[in-house]
Amino acid sequence: MFRNQYDTDVTTWSPVGRLFQVEYAMEAVKQGSAAIGLRSKTHVVLACVNKANSELSSHQRKIFKVDDHIGVAIAGLTAVGEFRFSGRSERRSIPITLKYLTTADGRVLSRYMRSECINYGYTYESPLPVGRLVYQLADKAQVCTQRSWKRPYGVGLLVAGLDESGAHLYNNCPSGNYFEYQAFAIGSRSQAAKTYLERKFEKFTESSRDDLVKDALFAIRETLQGEKLTSSVCTIAVVGVGEAFNILDQETVQALINEFEISGEEAPINESVAEQSVGDDQRSAAAEEAAPMDI
Amino acid sequence: MILRWILYYHQKEILRGLIEYPYVTGTSIIGIKYKDGILMAADMGGSYGSTIRYKSVERLKQVGKHSLIGASGEISDFQEILKYLDELILHDNMWDDGNSLGPKEVHNYLTRVMYNRRNKFDPLWNSLVIGGVKNGQKYLGSVSMIGVHYEDDHLATGFGNHLARPILREEWREDLSFEEGVKLLEKCMRNLLYRDRSAVNKLQIAKITEEGLTVSQPYSLKTFWNFAAFQNPTVGATGSW
Repeated sequence: MFRNQYDTDVTTWSPVGRLFQVEYAMEAVKQGSAAIGLRSKTHVVLACVNKANSELSSHQRKIFKVDDHIGVAIAGLTAVGEFRFSGRSERRSIPITLKYLTTADGRVLSRYMRSECINYGYTYESPLPVGRLVYQLADKAQVCTQRSWKRPYGVGLLVAGLDESGAHLYNNCPSGNYFEYQAFAIGSRSQAAKTYLERKFEKFTESSRDDLVKDALFAIRETLQGEKLTSSVCTIAVVGVGEAFNILDQETVQALINEFEISGEEAPINESVAEQSVGDDQRSAAAEEAAPMDI
Repeated sequence: MILRWILYYHQKEILRGLIEYPYVTGTSIIGIKYKDGILMAADMGGSYGSTIRYKSVERLKQVGKHSLIGASGEISDFQEILKYLDELILHDNMWDDGNSLGPKEVHNYLTRVMYNRRNKFDPLWNSLVIGGVKNGQKYLGSVSMIGVHYEDDHLATGFGNHLARPILREEWREDLSFEEGVKLLEKCMRNLLYRDRSAVNKLQIAKITEEGLTVSQPYSLKTFWNFAAFQNPTVGATGSW
């Protein structure tokens, strides 16, 4: 995208029918570190990559609990380091200041979601259906695409939740669009995760909670492109039937990572061929314990 | 000068609710859980003070797909509550998303409404019973005009609390069949008919189950007045004159 005369404010259409400011806002989401979500019939898992600005600073919080039955993962331009990317020559029109504003956007939207859930719970003593929350969230985002004195939110949200119609995963865009997914990924290098999820998603509906978490970790690993997967770079959160939304602690995540790192490189579902090709006795024994066999 | 201005602008709020009486009222509602859902009974009387003015007032109404509401107290306030509920259910249906408000949600919503009005010294002069079944779960709850709310296996409003609940405490069971439930309600309603001066002998019984709601046609209870105590009612009463 080149800078052009139609991208000054959000209420100007381009001659081919585009709103550049909205598209630039979606670019901001693509620059953020990856967030992925996947769901089964009874559980939804959110996972994201945590990149710190520098060694001295703490990791960005990207997953927020909205209510016992809903949580959200946020992706948007958050770290200075993200701004450099290889292989692209076009100049981006995103102002430098935007990258400091988008985590604020995430915070504000989480607060709005929490508020809506609390108000609904207070009036009806019942959890707010996820579909209704994302609908309201989408309407809120749309307003910012149709007011000349506003700007679109610079974050994409993966909303995971449970209600009486089942487990849900939604993606809310700065454009005001939202879609429901079986599995999805947003943020930088999310395509790698999406490719992995596209291979596996048909099995997800019947997956157990633990398999879902394992698949989330594998998907995250895909986005790291060879970097070592440890619990200090990723965060996992789960919500499910009988399980309130909670973020897994670092030890648990590291234990899960160790489990499948030891048992082999490949993912547990549908990859029994790859596991058997590993010659080491200890490894294959561990593989049979750790990986659920596709019987 | 300022006082006059305050009075002028805030007259409504200042005077609001300070003078409030119910005019046309309904008497007790009785509700019980039974094997397949909820049963509720109410007579069809609307009293104007001590006059039984209206004899075909429907005090049991459906709310959405899953709930039933019965009201005692000021009938016009009940009609207003029905309007609020109508709008609530309308907006719920407009979402068109597979979610729907059940009896628990309706009960809590009404609790908030009643309590809010009480805080403004402008109550809706009703005692409400909300019952229903959703996803196999039976629900029976009550709200009063001051926002007091609770759930139970059997509930009543007004005189029903004094004349019907004791019977229910003795004779209610978890697994009542429909016929047994109706008989139990009729026993309670007959007792109210004898003893509550605002009761009329024309009642409806409503049944709500997972499948849906049915309200019976109005009918009357057989009464027996040949009790010895009724023959000579004052024989046991001692007095100085």
